[in-house]
Amino acid sequence: MARNVSTQRKIVVTVVAWTIGILIFFPILWTFLTSFKTEAEAIASPPSLFFFDWTTENYHEVQSRSNYFLHFMNSVVVSVGSTLIGLIIAIPSAWAMAFSPTKRTKDVLMWMLSTKMMPSVGVLVPMYLLFRNTGLLDTRTGLVIVLTLINLPIIIWMLYTYFKEIPGEILEAARMDGASLSKEIIYVLTPMAIPGIASTLLLNIILAWNEAFWTLNLSAAKAAPLTAFIASYSSPEGLFYAKLSAASTMAIAPILILGWFSQKQLVRGLTFGAVK
Amino acid sequence: MNLRTFLLGTCSAVALSGLAQAETLTIATVNNGDMIRMQKLTEDFTSKNPDIQLEWVTLEENVLRQRVTTDIATKGGQYDIMTIGTYEVPIWAKQGWLLPLDNLGAGYDVDDLLPAIRSGLTIDGKLYAAPFYGESSMVMYRKDLFEKAGLTMPDAPTWDFIADAARKITDKNAEIYGICLRGKAGWGENMAFLTATANAFGARWFDENWKPQFDQPEWKNALDFYVKLMNDAGPPGASSNGFNENLSLFQTGKCGMWIDATVAASFVTNPKESTVADKVGFALAPDTGLGKRGNWLWAWNLAIPAGSQKVASAEKFIAWATGKDYLKLVADKEGWANVPPGTRTSLYANPEYQKAAPFAKMTLDSINAADPKNPAVKPVPYVGVQFVAIPEFQGLGTAVGQQFSAALAGQMSVDQALASAQQLTEREMTKAGYIK
Amino acid sequence: MATLHTRSAARLMIAPSVLLLLAWMIVPLAMTIYFSFLRYNLLMPGMEEFAGFTNYKYFLTDPAFFQAIFNTLAIVLGVLFITVVGGIALALLLDQPMFGQGIVRILVIAPFLIMPTVAALVWKNMFMNPVNGLFAWIAKLFGLQPFDFLANAPLMSVILIVAWQWLPFATLILLTALQSLDEEQKEAAQMDGAGAWSRFIYLVLPHLSRAITVVILIQTIFLLSVFAEILVTTNGGPGTQSTNLTFLVYAQALLQFDVGGASAGGIIAVILANIVAFFLMRMIGKTLEA
Repeated sequence: MARNVSTQRKIVVTVVAWTIGILIFFPILWTFLTSFKTEAEAIASPPSLFFFDWTTENYHEVQSRSNYFLHFMNSVVVSVGSTLIGLIIAIPSAWAMAFSPTKRTKDVLMWMLSTKMMPSVGVLVPMYLLFRNTGLLDTRTGLVIVLTLINLPIIIWMLYTYFKEIPGEILEAARMDGASLSKEIIYVLTPMAIPGIASTLLLNIILAWNEAFWTLNLSAAKAAPLTAFIASYSSPEGLFYAKLSAASTMAIAPILILGWFSQKQLVRGLTFGAVK
Repeated sequence: MNLRTFLLGTCSAVALSGLAQAETLTIATVNNGDMIRMQKLTEDFTSKNPDIQLEWVTLEENVLRQRVTTDIATKGGQYDIMTIGTYEVPIWAKQGWLLPLDNLGAGYDVDDLLPAIRSGLTIDGKLYAAPFYGESSMVMYRKDLFEKAGLTMPDAPTWDFIADAARKITDKNAEIYGICLRGKAGWGENMAFLTATANAFGARWFDENWKPQFDQPEWKNALDFYVKLMNDAGPPGASSNGFNENLSLFQTGKCGMWIDATVAASFVTNPKESTVADKVGFALAPDTGLGKRGNWLWAWNLAIPAGSQKVASAEKFIAWATGKDYLKLVADKEGWANVPPGTRTSLYANPEYQKAAPFAKMTLDSINAADPKNPAVKPVPYVGVQFVAIPEFQGLGTAVGQQFSAALAGQMSVDQALASAQQLTEREMTKAGYIK
Repeated sequence: MATLHTRSAARLMIAPSVLLLLAWMIVPLAMTIYFSFLRYNLLMPGMEEFAGFTNYKYFLTDPAFFQAIFNTLAIVLGVLFITVVGGIALALLLDQPMFGQGIVRILVIAPFLIMPTVAALVWKNMFMNPVNGLFAWIAKLFGLQPFDFLANAPLMSVILIVAWQWLPFATLILLTALQSLDEEQKEAAQMDGAGAWSRFIYLVLPHLSRAITVVILIQTIFLLSVFAEILVTTNGGPGTQSTNLTFLVYAQALLQFDVGGASAGGIIAVILANIVAFFLMRMIGKTLEA
């Protein structure tokens, strides 16, 4: 009897959860489907969900107009590059903050986060001048530098919260065994921290991939990532829903797939120390 | 690996090393249909000029404007050729930011450019940008709906006739809206239309002493007329409709009339895109009997930033893209109706074009009727029909456009919108030092 | 444990990131402060001159200024409210046993991975458009007049789009926190005869408080500078009804190309953000210490 009730309950929960899940996902699904319609079908009333003449015309059109692969590679290099460099800088800092905390550690952390509150658009012209003078305009290097700095506070914060969960006794033990500081980091800490580092890596690749202000304004042709690619489809002349959908799908698919495949790490990574 | 792939590989390696010495032009351009068509046809150019390679930065209009303006003003040097509008050319040329286009080659025939368009791009006798396409505005209407309502569109309608016809045609249950006009806030969106229309109503942005004129009755008449007309006969959501949104509406048969850029004519008459392709008629932009028609003048132009290191190649490209042969090339590949319009006299004299483009004469008449030097009924201190060619106008026009868009959406009254437009324009003009 | 050796080592290890962030903060900030006292329009080079507090005066007296502050707060609070309440509800739901939980989680996580520009474009054109949008079609299906979201409820529409993007984030943090709740504790409470509601109030909610604080902290940082969504959908309008501070600064910087005015606006925005941050930190600090 009890078992029966719980099965019934499970079915109800399943139905409700699936309905909500599909509703939340629907805009993305709809974009995906629209990308295979003709422009006329894309705005047809009543709209059709699955039963239309599937066409890949829009993708050909988009590909013939812009070099998707170049933008894609730029996005990959910039987001992965900035995250890796960010990690290299952040790991020692977070480690130190977690294991040799001082009174000011919290304040330093909070200050770091507060640097993210500056409205980027207010400093665009100073940054543009700076980039021009250093020859960094429209280079992947330039974008990597900016994105590293933008996401560094988040990276440090996340790592700090993971490192704090690593029991201090293990380090004590390692020290007793005479491990040096560098050995301590390489052999003891890193293996334990790898899951946390992986989560941080993922989240920051996503944030960097989707950053649209600096990547658009500091790049032109050579370093332009997918955010710039989208800017050429946002409102052209004539009917554009289907082409916009195709371009959108191409811009978001890589990161969506990455996020899905690594969702376990990502979900764990999203806790920011919220769960003790 | 067989011999063939080996040979292919060698060939491409050779080709690549050849390309390595080629000069690369970075071209910033807007994402409209004619520009995208040009991008696809560039093989014709690169095969004739194997030492020049092209890199495109295609952006939506507003983003493009921000990017190129920031770049040229800070001398960033990211682009070798920029696509800019008629609004920017005189301002930038005065700053010395653009190179005069003196060497477009013998076959270019500068005198063939339409005088109205050319004069807007010429400062102190020098051409600073080459027009890729030009446009004015005109009325596009559905002949079938007019016939059904027992109406006949004159070649040169008045606003009263347009308003009356719009209300008669409207059938909201059938999703037919008598008139579609721009409502989306932006100096190049609703303010382009409203500034031009206000000219026909006798209004002007500034008097001779740069004092804003939104507190004058002419503006009130114009805005009142527009808001009432759109409420009665416009589509829902008109306050977020710009050129594109209206184009989609018209192409899907939801508008009885649409007053907008002449370039739209080739889109609404293209059977591949438009469901009403064979039912569209054209007329001049309406007036109110005061002597000015609300038709604007605009061109997208190619220009070379001062300080460019690749002037010779850039000139070659511009001569190709805006030259007569390019028109011929498009005609051969895609038909005469798709040729970029509004730049050359010879195009309008071409009988093949006249046959393929039923809108040709109306476009030419509209362009010729626009007078940027004397846009309003009363005298003004500025140049520009649908804009005021001062650097402050982008910000001003957009801020005022937001007020008018709010009036259209019913979020504020026409009087409130005009009062705050007057206030904020006065404020900005004082700040910028025009009003002492 | 913290010997002198490790402490100085710790300083050394923190130094690079602190120095980098200091530079990242100070260099643009110093340049911005400098520009904010200049009369400097990009379109009129060579006319730069010292302008005192003129730029500040104009920014602070901008007719849209107070509306922008209100809108900024409304967006932050509105989105926080939707995502926290919605996130708790969704987390409670997803915590129940069900079929295909993994797939549901994949569906729910997706909006967080989408570029803000793309999200805004999709919502604006394919859903909220009053003629061709899906919502309009649904309204017509029921014989209703389509609602023009972006004209009649611009701020709410922006909040809705942003909340859609951040809901997964809140849900997943809260879900993880929920899953760490001791089964034994739950069962003990059930044994004591506590109803579902009182279990939620006295057991679950206190357990989630830490997670909720983190959600609020991280989201506030991102929400204070919401920009792409507004630019794409409403352009700050109609009027200035959906203009937030960031957008106001944008209008100065990239429409008027008034570098002086934009810099002054940027500085004011920084000051205001720091006021918000101050209160936020105090609140957060307390919870996180616990």
